[in-house]
Amino acid sequence: MCLFQFQSVMNYFPEEVLEHVFDFLTSHRDRNTVSLVCKSWYSVERFSREKVFIGNCYAVNPERLIARFPRLRSLTLKGKPHFADFNLVPDGWGGHVYPWIEAMAKSGINLEELKLKRMVVSDESLELLAKSFPNFKSLVLVSCEGFTTVGLAAIASNCRFLRELDLQENEVDDLKGKWLSCFPESCTSLVSLNFACLKGEVNVVALERLVARCPNLRSLRLNHTVPLEVLQKILVRAPQLSDLGTGSFTHDPDSETFIKLKNAMKNCHSIRSLSGFLDVNGRCLPAIYPICISLTSLNLSYAPGIFSNELIKLICHCKKIERLWILDTIGDKGLGVVANTCKELQELRVFPSDLYGVGNTAVTEEGLVAISAGCPKLNSILYFCQQMTNAALITVAKNCPNFIRFRLCTLDPIVPDAVTNQPLDEGFGAIVQSCKRLTRLSVSGLLTDQVFLYIGMYAEQLEMLSIAFAGDSDKGMLYVLNGCKKLKKLEIRDSPFGNMALLSDMGKYETMRSLWMSSCEVTLGGCKTLAEKMPWLNVEIINEHEAGEGEGEASCDDRHRVEKMYLYRTLVGPRKDAPDFVWTL
Amino acid sequence: MASASDCISQTGPGLKERNYFGFSDCSSVDRSTVSSAHLESKNNMNMKATELRLGLPGSQSPERDSDFSLLNSVKLDEKPLFPLAPSKDRICTLSQKTVASGNKRGFDDTVDGFSESKTTNFSEGNWMFNATGSDPGQAKLAGNVISIRPSGTQLAIKSEVPAKTLQESTNKIIGTNTANAPAAKAQVVGWPPIRSFRKNSLVTTSKTNDEVDGKPGPGALFVKVSMDGAPYLRKVDLRMYSAYKELSSALEKMFSCFTIGQCGPQGAPTRKMLSESKLRDLLHGSEYVLTYEDKDGDWMLVGDVPWEMFIASCKKLKIMKGSDAIGLGSSSYQVLLHFKAKKSLMYPCFVWDLAVYQCFYKESFRPDYGSDVPECFVLMSDISFICLLAFSCVFLECLLRLRLYLLFILNLDFLVEAQ
Repeated sequence: MCLFQFQSVMNYFPEEVLEHVFDFLTSHRDRNTVSLVCKSWYSVERFSREKVFIGNCYAVNPERLIARFPRLRSLTLKGKPHFADFNLVPDGWGGHVYPWIEAMAKSGINLEELKLKRMVVSDESLELLAKSFPNFKSLVLVSCEGFTTVGLAAIASNCRFLRELDLQENEVDDLKGKWLSCFPESCTSLVSLNFACLKGEVNVVALERLVARCPNLRSLRLNHTVPLEVLQKILVRAPQLSDLGTGSFTHDPDSETFIKLKNAMKNCHSIRSLSGFLDVNGRCLPAIYPICISLTSLNLSYAPGIFSNELIKLICHCKKIERLWILDTIGDKGLGVVANTCKELQELRVFPSDLYGVGNTAVTEEGLVAISAGCPKLNSILYFCQQMTNAALITVAKNCPNFIRFRLCTLDPIVPDAVTNQPLDEGFGAIVQSCKRLTRLSVSGLLTDQVFLYIGMYAEQLEMLSIAFAGDSDKGMLYVLNGCKKLKKLEIRDSPFGNMALLSDMGKYETMRSLWMSSCEVTLGGCKTLAEKMPWLNVEIINEHEAGEGEGEASCDDRHRVEKMYLYRTLVGPRKDAPDFVWTL
Repeated sequence: MASASDCISQTGPGLKERNYFGFSDCSSVDRSTVSSAHLESKNNMNMKATELRLGLPGSQSPERDSDFSLLNSVKLDEKPLFPLAPSKDRICTLSQKTVASGNKRGFDDTVDGFSESKTTNFSEGNWMFNATGSDPGQAKLAGNVISIRPSGTQLAIKSEVPAKTLQESTNKIIGTNTANAPAAKAQVVGWPPIRSFRKNSLVTTSKTNDEVDGKPGPGALFVKVSMDGAPYLRKVDLRMYSAYKELSSALEKMFSCFTIGQCGPQGAPTRKMLSESKLRDLLHGSEYVLTYEDKDGDWMLVGDVPWEMFIASCKKLKIMKGSDAIGLGSSSYQVLLHFKAKKSLMYPCFVWDLAVYQCFYKESFRPDYGSDVPECFVLMSDISFICLLAFSCVFLECLLRLRLYLLFILNLDFLVEAQ
């Protein structure tokens, strides 16, 4: 009786009200959930959704996207698998954005924002983007490739209302074109400009003029070719900046320019985030001390030239830091200073500075323990270290039960506990047991199946797991697949997991976004079986020896191990732009 | 030690000899026996190897060893683990050779090649192995890492980034002169997991910093390598090599699979039998040439400039067919010409050089003036070169004649005075 009444009430709920209510739902997951309630809610939600997030660009195609969300304004797309960042995916694998832009342009979508991660963006797509969407406001490209400064010039000249152009760690072919001067004089709406990843020179005069005519500019990140003098002039013109990425930060500390810079910096009261220092002289660092006191985010991870003591002196001023990205040149001692000073620290990333040398400056488990002891709000860590111990990890787990992301990477992928020579199972086990809200975990070091048992048992909220050189047998992977109910992305490399683990719970993969397995024990036969049984999955095999190979070759034998397998759930079947070396089963 | 030996005796026949570490305490006798009976030898187990339990995943627990006996061919767990110790005895190479004897003879060739290589400084142990090569059903070496820590120095194995040929196991040995590093340092593909952008930025920033010295080979410098006819690009780290020869041999091996594929007339057997030397001939012969794109966007032939200059200016590599590369000039001359092309707008006399080049090297060569130069200037330079040609001929002629006259006059005077 109650249910009946309830249902009838819901049917008469006007759609405008529903729409208004849905406007308050900003998270994609909430919106997805809401759209599953009933058909009318699905319909209301679909017409009111303006921001869409697609975690795997091949899970769906542009036509379906446009058909479902005709009022789309902001699109986020991710392309290649995560391990593509580390050269494990050959070039040309895919992830092209052009079909998406083309489809949206044809359908008259009023696109305003586009965020792409690990996709291939060509100059043609940037030009098409610039010309097709008159209200286009924001372009964010993270770890993308395939475009040059010609494409950027097209964006600059055609997007009249451009607010944000954010290029993070992309591979851009810098043709030394004058893309910055392509911003028309009428462009005054820029709020965020980040070209730190470009390698070529820019027209600094044009840059200064651009900064001067954009009063709303809040975020500016320069590349390493912009000299200190120009930075000083920019700061004078734009003291309202809140996020600054310096260009080259070397100069004679006694020169007039430098003194002018110091004064300019003192005037910038709003800067909360500092990065860059791609080319830095340690003696110039005192110029930024005045702003350090109010910084919440500091990224010094591109500056291996700063010595540990200079870093420490700098850190001592940064009491309100919440996000810190540094190199391991800081050393354990420096991390101790961070622990004592930065009580608000939430996210810490320590990158390796020395990939090939013997490296005495690397950090060890002591630094991590110190940080965990000193920073109670720590919830996200990425730590590259020389060595680690179980005891340290257990201590860290006790000190910081709030981890959301925990990524530990030992420079030697199978190093055991430095003190006891045992595998690091117990340490990671303590982490997953203690951190109930852990959603992302990367493990490294010497690990057996035991750690996966712990992960399966305790890591209930885990969504992304990265495994390398770990485990003894299929049981490890089975523990994870059976235990982690919310697992979305699993990536495994160089671990002895085979068909038994892969095929044990095939339905699981439809609840996950993707699975990557490379250099494991999975064979072609296993992958074929999986592909046959699960039509909603694309099982892609990357063959690196494809050239000149005919049918019936030895490599087509089902007993052969596959080098790289990437599978993902999809609504649209095998993709049409797969190159020759990718074989969709 | 006792426990380890017990362990060995219990698993007796199933135990495979696995020489993970090139510790000098391993007797040469042990290693030589391995060479004869690689897969069946049960003794000569390196005790320390079992104790430290280092090695690949799956190679740690004793019960795993029993699986090894079932394998006749070398499989994942039998990845040849090359001892990479800074040891003085040459036995190390033998042991690698033996451990890898289950692989294709490609490795043997490279070991021989290694001993010929002049860049490896064996006694310092400053060499790195690229242990790669994956053959389905055979040894899969890709992604091997062995880490040894004898007295604090860290050794590991480096494997070439994209060089995974399936038909031959190409275990490359590349030596570098890292005089400061007491131990060889090597890396696995994609480890540590850092984006290449960050890796490259470590290189550029550390280079410009004067205080950072004594560091062997900072960072990495990845450039794309493409080959005509290959299905996809690869990336190589130029900092891993210190001479052209190493780079070219590495590239040869990397792309050998594609070359073989193209020229092998009959299916699989041909591939396996195609020898390394034939391969080298293929690549060194007029079949393919190695070219690179420099910072200015010009395509040059690799090998003209000193290595350091090459590294600094190389953006991309391309292996093109010899016939396509005929038009490319020598890089140094190209550099000169490019410089002169720009200058020629201001100093038309430099166009003379361009004219010479055009006449003698390539008829249709047009120097790149850069994108921001209007077409009319280019035309002007062409016209000016013709004028200049004519003018300079006339000028030279006059000069010569003048000289003759002067000489004649002077001589006369002289003659007059002398008399």
